[in-house]
Amino acid sequence: MTQTIIWTVAILTVLGLVLALILFWVARKFRVEEDPRIDEVEKVMPGANCGGCGFAGCRAFADAAVKATTLDNQYCPVGGDEVMQKVASILGFTVAKKAPQLAVVRCNGTCANRPRTNEYDGAQSCRVKAALYSGDTGCSYGCLGCGDCVAACQFGALSMDPETGLPVVDEEKCTACGACVKACPRHIIELRAKGPRGMREFVSCVNKDKGPVAKKACAAACIGCGLCAKTCQHGAITVTDNVAYIDFTKCKLCRECEAVCPTGAIHGVNFPKELDKDAVKKRIADRKAKAAEAAKAEAEKKEVANG
Amino acid sequence: MDKKYIVSPSPHIHANISTTSIMRDVIIALCPAILVSILAYGWAELLVLAVSVASCVLLEWAVTRWMLKKPSTIGDLSAVVTGLLLAMNLPSAIPLWIVFIGAVIAICVAKLPFGGIGQNVFNPAITGRVFLLISFPAQMTNWTPTRGFIQITDAVSGATPLSVLQETLKSGGTISQFMESNHYTMASLIWDIGASSGELSAGALLIGFAYLLIRRVVKPWIPVSILGTMALIAAIFHGINPELYTGAGFNLMTGGALLGALFMATDYVTSPMSTLGGVIYGIGIGLIVMMIRYFGAYPEGMSFAILLMNCTVPLLNMWFHQKKYGRA
Amino acid sequence: MGKLTFSMGGVHPHDSKFASERPIEVLPLPPTVYVSMAQHLGAPAKPVVAVGDRVKVGQVLGEPGGFISAFIHSPASGTVKSIAPRKDLAGNPVMHVEIAVEGDEWDPSVDLSQDLVTAIPDDKAMILDRIKACGVVGLGGATFPTHVKLNPPPGKVAECLIINGSECEPYLTSDYRIMLERPKEIIVGAAIMQKVLGGCKCVVGIEENKPAAIATMQAAIAELGYPGITVQVLKKRYPQGGEKQLIDAVMKRQVKSGGLPIDVGAVVQNATTAFSVYEAVQKNKPLITNILTVTGDDLPAERQHNYLFRIGVPFSYIAEYAGGIPASAAKIVSGGPMMGKAMSNLDATTVKGSSSVLYLSEASTRRHPETNCIRCGKCADACPMGLEPFLLNRLYKSADLEALEKNAAQDCIECGCCLYSCPAHIPLLDHIRQAKGQVMGVIRARAAAAKAAAEAAKK
Repeated sequence: MTQTIIWTVAILTVLGLVLALILFWVARKFRVEEDPRIDEVEKVMPGANCGGCGFAGCRAFADAAVKATTLDNQYCPVGGDEVMQKVASILGFTVAKKAPQLAVVRCNGTCANRPRTNEYDGAQSCRVKAALYSGDTGCSYGCLGCGDCVAACQFGALSMDPETGLPVVDEEKCTACGACVKACPRHIIELRAKGPRGMREFVSCVNKDKGPVAKKACAAACIGCGLCAKTCQHGAITVTDNVAYIDFTKCKLCRECEAVCPTGAIHGVNFPKELDKDAVKKRIADRKAKAAEAAKAEAEKKEVANG
Repeated sequence: MDKKYIVSPSPHIHANISTTSIMRDVIIALCPAILVSILAYGWAELLVLAVSVASCVLLEWAVTRWMLKKPSTIGDLSAVVTGLLLAMNLPSAIPLWIVFIGAVIAICVAKLPFGGIGQNVFNPAITGRVFLLISFPAQMTNWTPTRGFIQITDAVSGATPLSVLQETLKSGGTISQFMESNHYTMASLIWDIGASSGELSAGALLIGFAYLLIRRVVKPWIPVSILGTMALIAAIFHGINPELYTGAGFNLMTGGALLGALFMATDYVTSPMSTLGGVIYGIGIGLIVMMIRYFGAYPEGMSFAILLMNCTVPLLNMWFHQKKYGRA
Repeated sequence: MGKLTFSMGGVHPHDSKFASERPIEVLPLPPTVYVSMAQHLGAPAKPVVAVGDRVKVGQVLGEPGGFISAFIHSPASGTVKSIAPRKDLAGNPVMHVEIAVEGDEWDPSVDLSQDLVTAIPDDKAMILDRIKACGVVGLGGATFPTHVKLNPPPGKVAECLIINGSECEPYLTSDYRIMLERPKEIIVGAAIMQKVLGGCKCVVGIEENKPAAIATMQAAIAELGYPGITVQVLKKRYPQGGEKQLIDAVMKRQVKSGGLPIDVGAVVQNATTAFSVYEAVQKNKPLITNILTVTGDDLPAERQHNYLFRIGVPFSYIAEYAGGIPASAAKIVSGGPMMGKAMSNLDATTVKGSSSVLYLSEASTRRHPETNCIRCGKCADACPMGLEPFLLNRLYKSADLEALEKNAAQDCIECGCCLYSCPAHIPLLDHIRQAKGQVMGVIRARAAAAKAAAEAAKK
């Protein structure tokens, strides 16, 4: 009995030692020299491996960052400035601050606004649906409602609102990785600046049809009338292909465009007060009147000077 | 258009076929064998069948409903098929609580944790049976025949032919002694020798399988390669020493070979998808069965062989593909 | 020879050829027609008329926009009202020429007589020019420009011209009717193409469920006496009329993946295309008409029709002329039930390749809810290309493009057999179609990169 135990212990010990030696040798032989800073950088990364930065994952990002000579071409949208600062301090670079961004769904074709014209009965996938036809509403640009963006989001920031049939972005969870932007076959989702205290102004429509066609398909469509562009004092709004676009780098959040939009296609979110359209319209009218007066006065002056 | 017409990608028509219809066909195909066993083993057999099916269906319903919180899948009848196959692999005299445990293993261990129908690696009914065979060897090999509705034949013996045979061989007897002392003839082998209910009548099983073939539910390659391999190996060994190794016909008709080859090895989920893969899978099962029967500790081996080959299915699916058009 | 068929896969859907005994009727013109500029495979045509122009029937409206493209002619006489985007049957905007119909004045170059012209012109180039100028495209579904197909690249020799009269799609009867009613024209058309291809043999493939068409075509061949044309009876099996399947069935050869039929010496043309070739070459009549079946579930026999229609007629007009949309219709399909397109917009207009207005009932067309794959392998058994749809579906979901290419997702012919036969009702083809597109994109990008690299190396 004792002998059995001794033998067992002895054999196992020897076996363990031999295997340990082999492992040691293998580890030695196949060791890959790696810059230790890659590990350091990877540690401060969010670790979601979402690919939002354009690299295969956080480690690939770290690897590239360590090899790069500048961090200008790399940005982790998930970690934001905080992480980029940490990465820069590890690697001894400096990085400029970027405004935090957010995914914005630019379609307001709710079931009420945009009546269904047929019934889709294929695979529940926006990509499949978009490849097949223009969709189950009169609008061939709007949200298809199959939730490809929801499936693409790794952070659980997107969900379909059963009432409207449109995706909703959870601002707390959205990291602006851009996966949903790539997933949407209709290019409805855009990354936009989060704005001060989350306040932002955007055109919630991408319909390029002419006004009457767009309006017929959806009550909340941008009809490309250009009122907003004419009203905007900051040159932030452009109308191309019958649809307005607000440049968020120029927008000053005055909400005048929102007030004048005839279809309600322009949305302002997270503003502390409800928009008083009449007051804003009055303000615009007053300003225009003043400008007209000034122009008139100017003209008179000239006339006087000439006369 | 006022009416909202349906729009979908092509094709716009569909074959009149569903998982449920396939499972229904399998149940119909099992009916002849079930009928024979109920006639032979009476109320006890009917109870085993009822308990097995009821517990499989109830368990599947309960687990999907309360634990997985998914829509229930009992409507596809796959739990019924599992229940029937499990019961057909059990002796009719088995205590009913053991049947229930078998159902628990089949549904709650072999099937649902893998993701339910279509996802399981091992055939649920066989997993249940093998678990019982290992855990309750006494009850699982108690082949005392229960009283049937009709007395089919005197040959319904107390133990399965293969276990009697193994006993005979162990105690130094020969095969001819065994055949003689048990009154086996080729005819009785085909129609009516005793074992667990599903193995009772080879003829009834074959009729059921013919129905599956006609309905194009299964293809014959897997059973043919299993039975062919078994017959070939048996013929070789029997040729070498007929007193030590049983012959082809005997091996095909006993020990659940037919039930296993026709109905359990052909389970869609746990068998390879390509024809060549299926043939290799079948040959593997045939080989393992014969090795267990001739050299192993268990007299039968069909269940073990199928379970072992189930493990290889993902590999077979990866290695063997259909022949593609325009690609040599 | 016995009955032939292709070597792998295939399904046997219910035949449902309800309109097969209804003779071809001429569909009158509506007050306005809209002629699409994208009626063929390849680049859309460029409009060559202006708003306000008066056009005659057969006058050119659009000229080819690329090598793979085709002429488009006016189906009506009248005034061009507008040239603007209009929604096609999938609801996507396509350039259309709108013509207000006034009378029926034909271009004088078109021979309107009904006599059969059997003498085939000798000049091959002239024949090809005529076919091109008349805008003839394949009418079997793909609408590939016919003159391109009939002009094999140098070094490739056509050994067999296959006239596709299999019409394997259920419900459709237009090819069948034209084979019954205009067999001689089809044979002359086939003989013309035979000549252009350098006198190869010609096989007319017809499925066994159309005995009347087989007899009629055989009689026409015997009467006209062109050498080397035979009828081959094919088994009834879908997709017998697929180009690659037909070549496999008739010639026992398989086109390599990514290859063209001409690589194995085959040219396949639809029976109705042969008819159009006849009209183009012998009568100088451009392709502005085709045969269209109006059929469907629960439609009484007298409301099933085969129409000779002019392109550019709105589907809604046809539906109304044929007695309105039946109440039981849940889906309206243009084309066959296996490969046709469901219409989301009935105001869309007919194009050269339109072959049916098909009303499907809720019971026959509604998809069943998807359930777990039970790995039955029925999709792989049904695939006529020998692919494994269940595997491609899984790889598509995991976005494994490399494995998709290795498992030949790009070979899919989108016949629909996999989805048709799936007992778990998994949208296999929906996904595989996407996978195919993605893999094709990768292959094209690689080819382009290789080409660029080769050019760079040259320099």
